[in-house]
This record gives sequence, structure tokens and C-alpha cells, in this order.
Amino acid sequence: MRLRTICYYFREALQSILRNSWLSITSIGVVAVSLFILGCSLLVVLNAGNVADNLESSVEISIFFKDQATPAQIKEVEDKLTGLSEVAQYEFVTKQKALEEMKKNFGEQKGILDGLEEEEKNPLPDAFRVKTHMVEQVAPLAKQFEGLIQVDEVRYGQGVVEQLMALSHWVRTAGLVTMVLLGVAAVFLIATTIRLSVFSRRREIEIMKFLGATNWFVRFPFLLEGMFLGLAGSLLAVAAIYYGYFSIISSIQVSLPFVPMVSNRNLIILLMEGLLLAGLVIGAAGSMISVRRFLKV
Amino acid sequence: MIQLYDITKVYPNEIKALDNVTIRFPKGSFNFLVGPSGAGKSTLIKLIYREEFPTRGRVIFNGRNVTRMRRREVPFLRRKIGMVFQDFRLLPQKTVYENVAFALEIAGASSRVIKKAVPAALEVVGLKQKAGVFPGHLSGGEQQRVSVSRAIVNNPDLIIADEPTGNLDPETAWELMRLFLDINQSGTTILMVTHARDIVNEMKQRVIELAGGQVVRDEEKGTYSL
Repeated sequence: MRLRTICYYFREALQSILRNSWLSITSIGVVAVSLFILGCSLLVVLNAGNVADNLESSVEISIFFKDQATPAQIKEVEDKLTGLSEVAQYEFVTKQKALEEMKKNFGEQKGILDGLEEEEKNPLPDAFRVKTHMVEQVAPLAKQFEGLIQVDEVRYGQGVVEQLMALSHWVRTAGLVTMVLLGVAAVFLIATTIRLSVFSRRREIEIMKFLGATNWFVRFPFLLEGMFLGLAGSLLAVAAIYYGYFSIISSIQVSLPFVPMVSNRNLIILLMEGLLLAGLVIGAAGSMISVRRFLKV
Repeated sequence: MIQLYDITKVYPNEIKALDNVTIRFPKGSFNFLVGPSGAGKSTLIKLIYREEFPTRGRVIFNGRNVTRMRRREVPFLRRKIGMVFQDFRLLPQKTVYENVAFALEIAGASSRVIKKAVPAALEVVGLKQKAGVFPGHLSGGEQQRVSVSRAIVNNPDLIIADEPTGNLDPETAWELMRLFLDINQSGTTILMVTHARDIVNEMKQRVIELAGGQVVRDEEKGTYSL
């Protein structure tokens, strides 16, 4: 491609943007708003996922043994745990350790538990605490240990896990649907803008085609125009989201420190780059849709 | 060099615009295409620059079958054809110079070629001194000369002129016809659709008359006589 032609493409695109300046500003605004909402919903999904992951990773199975369970029977359960691929980690908690933990949790009221240290008086059972790789594995794994003769009870927060799974699934699906809808809306808004720009120049396009212009020669300035509008809009959105998000995070970290927010700067920057790319693609797609109809001369 | 063989064109609305038309346009010939409105003149020229496809028959341009050309080859066909329209079809936001240069830019010519060819093409039509003017500030005759200049700047093999004098007063029309004659003398084939009886009668060139989609007359040194 000749330098002269490239200059021509950029000059045409820029002229068209300036000529329809109000329309251009409007579509930049539309892209900015769409991508802002898109970016915010991405961040919500990301954080919801993060919270869900945190909750999920704290879900564990407790296998309580009967008092009369022998060390051999306990070993039998441990061997079974070792052999299962779903098991991420497990820990044996003796009744003494359980009592100590309970005292710690009771804090100043730990005096209630005084006199239970002797082995015969300690009412707490020996137990395994088991973590799985994925929250979906919790319930089936727990079932495998229910009903063993040495096992008194298996607990894993039945019901809560299922609800948590449903919730995190729902948040992700809703986020995805929102993103797709907004993306499509942005494409069509850009398409409308470019269509007006193409429409106002349809005679010019017709003349170009008569003079022997290739479709790409006609298309390229509009493509650039769309990409520029998309990029400008996404830059606005990215700037707003980036500064907005980090100021929100820093205030949350002060007031609600237990809420696990995603603050990995590299991940956020990656997300912002994705938004910029989305802006470009939306702009390009919009203009391609609009120009197509006018090229059939 | 341009041959139409047994061309029939039926539009989707069942209107038969051309019916079994066979015409040859030899290289360097000057041809008038006359006939009443709806005779098929516009359709015929559209087939040559492939804005339309024939329903049956072949269009051969410089030995190549236009009908069978791939879509991406069409721009290259059109660069061999200079088009002149009744309504000039100039770009109003470009100057005279830029309008003529545009045809070369589209064809991917270098700046060097453009700087040489555009003034030369403007010289031919006598508008070199108006290079920096916008078309809106020119008279109809001048605008049409710009469009002729744009049509010849690529050194086309064929110039198709669709009622080029339709919007011009008789004197300006004659000036334009002399210009076309000059261009024709340098070897460019000319195919002109016209309703200008006086011009056709005076020019004594080949006249092809279409009526109802058929060639009803084809005379060397013919007259308009409808």
C-alpha cells in the first residue's frame, strides 16, 4: 500500500469525524457508556467470582469418629482419603486439639470448658477435616464416608454449599448475558453512526466505484472512522473505570477489610486492555455492517 | 475491441430491457447510441461496465469476458473505462485538481504520476487555470469538462458518455463534442448515449438506434432520425 493511499485513508476518516462532529461525539459517548457498564459488570462478575471462590475454598467436610473407633479404623479412613483424587488436603483433629480450638473461639468465656481436659471427660470426637479441589465434589465425597461403622457423623454445611454453587453460577450467567447484550447494543449504535456518515457520502461512494475503486479503498476510511470512535469511547470508559475502581477498592479495604476484593493491578490492566480492544472491534464491526450495503454498485 | 453477443437482459420485474442484441465497437470508433427512453440504452452501458449482468449472452472487453469476471477484477475493468454523466458527478468538497487526481489515487498511482498526469488532463479540456477552484463555482460546461478530464486521466480504452450534453446549452454542448472528437482522434473508443438530434446529425459518426430492446438501425455516418 502506498504512503499516499494510507494518508488518504486517515485524512478521509478524520475529515468525516470532524464534518459530523456532533454525531461523532454522540457515538463516542455511547461507546463510552456501553463499555463503562460492560467494564463495571465485568468487575462485578470478577469480584463475585472472587468472593464465591473464597467461600468455596472455606467449605470443608468434617468426618467425626465414634468414641469407640480404634486407631486402625481411623487409619483405614485416612488411607481412603489418601487414595481419593478429589481430596485437596486433609487434617486429623484429635479431640484435645478440637477442645483447644473451641477454647480459642470462646475467648474470655473459655472458663465454661474448664475440667474437660481429661480424656474421659472431653465430649468432643476425633475428626478429619477434608478439603476438596472443587466445591461440587463436597457432597459426593461426604456420602462415601457416611455410614462407615467407625464414623459417627459427616458434616459439610449441607444446603449451604448447594445454595452457594447456585448463586455463583447465577451471578456469572447474569454477568455474561449483560455483557453480550451491551456489546451487541454498542455495535449497533456505532453501526448507526457510521451508517449516517456513509449515507451522507453515498454519492461519493457511487462515484468512487465508477472510477474503479476497490471495495477496500471505499471501506477503509469508514473502518478507520469506526475504529477511532470505538477506541475514543473505550479510552473514556477505561479511564473512568480504572480510577473509579481503585478508589472504591481503597475505601472498601479500610471500611470492610473482610470483603475479598480483586486488587491485582495486572489483572485489572489486562481487563482494561480487553475493553480497549473491545472498543476497536465494536467500531470496526459497526462500520463494516454499515458500509456493506453501499458497496453493491 | 468491445463485443456484445446475443445479449438479452430481463430485469427481476419481468421487464425485458434488451432482446438478443449483438453489437461490435471497434477500437478507436466513435459511436452514438440513440433511441427513446426505455429502449435499453442505459442497460446496455451498464452491462459494459458491469453494473448489471446479462440474462443471456456475453460482453467481451479487450478479449475478456466481462460477465465472467470475478468481482475483485471489476475495479480494474472500470479503470479502463472513463465515465461521463449528464449530472457530472463531481465531488463538491474537492477542487478541480483533486477531482481529477482522485481517479488516479483510486487506481493507486504514485504522487509523481499524479503530478504529471492531472495538469496534462486539465490542459486537454482547457481548465488548467481553474485547478484550485471547487466545482460549485464552475459553470455547467466547465464542470462537464472537469468530468471529461477525470475520464481521460487514466488513459482509458473506452469512454462511455451518458447524455453528456443533456444539461448544457447548445454552444457549450458543441465545445464538448469537439473535445470528444479530439479524444477520439487520439485512439480512444467513444460510446455516447444522446438525445441531441443536431449534434448527431452534424457529427456524421456511427449511429446505433435501439427500440424496444432491439437494434433497429446501425449506420456508419448516420443521422438521428427517430
